[in-house]
Amino acid sequence: MSDAILAFWWQHAPVLSVLLPSFTAMALLLLGDAGGLSAQGGEHDATRLRWRRRLSLASVLLGAAMAAGLVLRASSGELMVYRLGEWPAPFGIVLVLDRLSALMVLLTYLVAAPVLWYATGGWDSRGRYFHAIYQFQLMGLAGAFLTGDLFNLFVFFEVLLIASYVLLLHGQGRERLRMGIHYVVLNLAGSGLFLIGLAMVYAVTGTLNMADLALRVAQLSGDSALIARAAALVLLVVFGLKAAMLPLYFWLPATYAAASAPVAALFAIMTKVGVYSIIRTHWGIFGVDAGEASLAAQAWLLPLALSTSVLGALGALAAHSMSRMVAYLTVSSVGTILAGVGLFTPETLSAALYYTLHSTIVIAGLFLLVELMAAQRGEALDKLRPAVALREPVLLGMMMIFGAASAAGLPPLPGFLGKLMMLESSAGLAAQAWVWTVLLGVGFLTMVGLARAGVIVFWHIQPEPAQDATASGASFKLLSATWLFMGLTLALAVLASPVKRYTDAAARQLADKAAYAEAVLAEQGGAAARTTRPYDGRRSATPPAVQPPNEENPR
Amino acid sequence: MSMEFLLATGIGIVTACGIYLMLRGRTFPVVLGLSLFGYAVNVFIFVMGRLWSNAQPILVGDGPVADPLPQALVLTAIVIGFATTGFVIELALRNRHESGSDHVDGHEPGHAPGYSSAASGGQNQERS
Repeated sequence: MSDAILAFWWQHAPVLSVLLPSFTAMALLLLGDAGGLSAQGGEHDATRLRWRRRLSLASVLLGAAMAAGLVLRASSGELMVYRLGEWPAPFGIVLVLDRLSALMVLLTYLVAAPVLWYATGGWDSRGRYFHAIYQFQLMGLAGAFLTGDLFNLFVFFEVLLIASYVLLLHGQGRERLRMGIHYVVLNLAGSGLFLIGLAMVYAVTGTLNMADLALRVAQLSGDSALIARAAALVLLVVFGLKAAMLPLYFWLPATYAAASAPVAALFAIMTKVGVYSIIRTHWGIFGVDAGEASLAAQAWLLPLALSTSVLGALGALAAHSMSRMVAYLTVSSVGTILAGVGLFTPETLSAALYYTLHSTIVIAGLFLLVELMAAQRGEALDKLRPAVALREPVLLGMMMIFGAASAAGLPPLPGFLGKLMMLESSAGLAAQAWVWTVLLGVGFLTMVGLARAGVIVFWHIQPEPAQDATASGASFKLLSATWLFMGLTLALAVLASPVKRYTDAAARQLADKAAYAEAVLAEQGGAAARTTRPYDGRRSATPPAVQPPNEENPR
Repeated sequence: MSMEFLLATGIGIVTACGIYLMLRGRTFPVVLGLSLFGYAVNVFIFVMGRLWSNAQPILVGDGPVADPLPQALVLTAIVIGFATTGFVIELALRNRHESGSDHVDGHEPGHAPGYSSAASGGQNQERS
């Protein structure tokens, strides 16, 4: 029996990681959610809430196990191509599992599992359908990381965005609705731009399959190459908006600060979707050897990334509340990661991937920690002003020191290792001086900002005479979820060597476009595939010799 | 005037109107702007399959064939756009209900959130 299950998983691994959360979400929808009735003593709904939690947690744990399986499988170097509906590659949609996508799916679940555990501590009953929407969000994330088709990427982006709109509003309140309007309108405009970029790419290449695109973009010349470059930059704007890159990050701090703590922690992975998409398009398609359209983003990516990093750190320094400060740290870390991406060497990309793992986990942990601290500070909540003493200063203080030290990049924590890798890999490049100055300066600014927050929260204590017992200690569940993130950070430092080997291999695999084309377009002749496009409407001139005769109509 | 010119200017004008409306201060014009922008994008995708007259998208008989893929892409984009527009309208209504203002910032420009309350703040000087 278990053999049969394993064989089934072996055959359908990529799509199962997308289907599992989607089916769980549908089951959770069917289970219903009366919303808030349990607070009025509805015994029936309390049972159902318990079942919703069990189902959701079990699904996330199973998903995490499957994601670990994906990483194990990808680490052998095998490129797994899953054709949806058995349509051959450039004509149908494929899911492609390589080291990078497996790593990102695992990271999603590493964040999602503790966050869900935290949310079951109370947040999930403060609105309706939290668990169902959470699963839809995971489905969108897994799909976006696994897909090998640019339009399919758009569709999964929409899935995860629609889920994130609802999650952002979870718990309601005026501030969330206000930020929700901004977030939704901005992302809808971004989706429109995404479609324009896709249409331009399609117009000059006649395909949307990533492997096919990489081959066809390299053959463009003249006006077509210019349009392809323009399309690449339009896509950079779209993904930069999701990743919160310099001129497009202003929505992030207020939005993340307004979201409820578990949602903000989950959103730590959302900016990484933008980063991942930038890697996929600007490395995989418009990369180093893409003919006249190659490296379309190079002139923009590095300067913008470094400025993002600096401005994020300055924002963290000036923030007036803890959640805003952590949100600005998200912006700053995205800048650091994109700097590694924008240097366009496999070594820097590998370092950036390691830093992505670290920053996502640490920031998610910090978002949870901020809420734990805010809950014990009476009226002040997470505002950075003197307030009553925390109930558990030692416990929370230890976590704060741990998270802050890692975020700022102090040894021996992974933040330090990640920055060291970035410094080492950028040594000798033309932009070395800029990268080193910015990375080290940002580390210092981050440390000052976090120290300032720590001093205000833990030492600027305002004795309040009427101290009632509102601030009880944090519950075990909430604490354990936050500790899980700290534990993951520690594991990332201990396992730095194998993780770095894996990211090295992932970066090399990404650079090896011939193998990618070979895996995806095997029937069309791999890297030598000649699929006729753009479409010119003449039937006689269509198919090349390699194509089977019954497929004379492309796509 | 060629068909290409007509379509290109048409898309341009609708996009411009959409962007103008999106930058307004009230949620209603913003939603309208998003819809207009969505229409322009949809036509743009459609046109990116090139313009054909008298060409069928399905292979039957002889003659030129139109590219069927952009038409499928447009369908997907229309469905997603429709759903998100529905969501944003609901969200805007809810925001209007909660904050008492249909301004995108959740309060009347020049007034603090909650308007009638005497609280200070709300330095938004934007003309809407």
